[in-house]
Amino acid sequence: MKLVICAGTATTGKTSVLRHLIRKLLADGKTAAYLKIDVQYADEDEILSKEFGMPAKKTYSGELCPDHCNVMVLGDAMQWAKRVGCEFLIVETAGLCLRCSPYADGGLGIVVLEATSGMNLPRKVGPMLSLSDIAVVTKIDLVSQAEREVFRARIMEAAPKVWIKEVDALRGIGIDALVRRVEEMPDAGDKLMLRGNPPVGTCTICVGKKDIGWQSHFGVVRPLEEQTFYRGE
Amino acid sequence: MIEEISIIGGNGRNGEQEPVRSVKFKMGDVISIVGPTGSGKTTLINEIQLFADGFTPTKRKVLVNGLAPLQEYREDPSKNPVAAITQHTNFLSDLPVHDFLTIHAGIRSSSTVQAEGIVTETLSFANQLTGEPISRDSRMTELSGGQTRALLIADAVVIGNSPIILLDEIENAGIHRTHALDLLRKYRKIFIFVTHDPYIALLSDIRIVMRKGMMVKVLRSSEEERTLSKKIRIVDDVMHKLREKIRVGDQLMDEDLEVAI
Repeated sequence: MKLVICAGTATTGKTSVLRHLIRKLLADGKTAAYLKIDVQYADEDEILSKEFGMPAKKTYSGELCPDHCNVMVLGDAMQWAKRVGCEFLIVETAGLCLRCSPYADGGLGIVVLEATSGMNLPRKVGPMLSLSDIAVVTKIDLVSQAEREVFRARIMEAAPKVWIKEVDALRGIGIDALVRRVEEMPDAGDKLMLRGNPPVGTCTICVGKKDIGWQSHFGVVRPLEEQTFYRGE
Repeated sequence: MIEEISIIGGNGRNGEQEPVRSVKFKMGDVISIVGPTGSGKTTLINEIQLFADGFTPTKRKVLVNGLAPLQEYREDPSKNPVAAITQHTNFLSDLPVHDFLTIHAGIRSSSTVQAEGIVTETLSFANQLTGEPISRDSRMTELSGGQTRALLIADAVVIGNSPIILLDEIENAGIHRTHALDLLRKYRKIFIFVTHDPYIALLSDIRIVMRKGMMVKVLRSSEEERTLSKKIRIVDDVMHKLREKIRVGDQLMDEDLEVAI
């Protein structure tokens, strides 16, 4: 089983990129299953299943962070893709708080960034970019050559090893090289490990305490002017 | 170093062979792509940008110096020698013009002195293209349509320094075309215009005519057209002056036109 995990904030063009990728994979005789992880609404699974007749599913993370949800469900999803006889599992997930990344060792991590989101974006998205294998930059026809180059330079600065692919996802321009990379990737092993470290999450806020101000909380806390520290037993 | 690029013809939408089998551009050439809407002009420039190698629906191939292009042109965007400016291309940054250009120049040059030099050159280039001078302290997002086009072109030519520049129907955006063509010719690059403008078409070295998705003709301006282009230049300058008069709020008079002709 080959695993592709595609992350990116809402409206960057993840689904458009994946649709072109899937079309070309299937045309090359490959088989693929698709899973969308979103917080409260998604219909990409229905769209892709209708368009390509491929096995497709979605899951809502709801109260959970989508990347947390991804860790929970990915094992089952690999089993599912295997059961329905597919060679590739393609997971699309909406990264949210930018503190962690959904990529797994053994799989291919693709982040989709839009060139229109401003030159500083590569400096802001954290591990979703820095731990990815491929950064796909969409909407390149809408921005100046200057912004395109600065955007690219800042991706290189944040993630020196990432392979950058600029595409026009509406028209499918620049997708072929991406398809080749996906087709040439190795199988994921039996034991998948999350590539990055999750952020500190076992906190009183996570368990539902809503009072504002660190004085009301226990565990790892953080005042405005100081570093995080531990408070409690 | 890129010395020339060639496009090897492929096929039309119904699989028929494209009449033009090959066309070659050399550094310093200005090329126009003309044809009705939907005739495949934008597809052709997209293929140039992609360095198509038989993998697009038209099966066209783009060769560099007569050979298949380096894979890195397609794989590594920083090595792609093509810059494209379309009607949709815009600046999104709200930085002052000078700061913005300095950031771009900074990733392109080895020293800040060198960067400052090319920023100045870029601004002066842009200001020769547009009738409304761009101040170094204006915010990028405050620029007018014409100023924006002028700066997009100047930035791609001077700072980006791409050897091949594609300009997709940008002529109607307040650019002084006569100046633009004279200026562009001073830089030894390949300029490819997708255009409906007779003046740009006649002043180009090579004119590719598109129809139904195919390159159907490659024209070079005839002697008669070259002579004619001088007259068109006069008409163009007259139109430019009329536009400027209207812009500043003057009323036009019959003699505005008669004096010129």
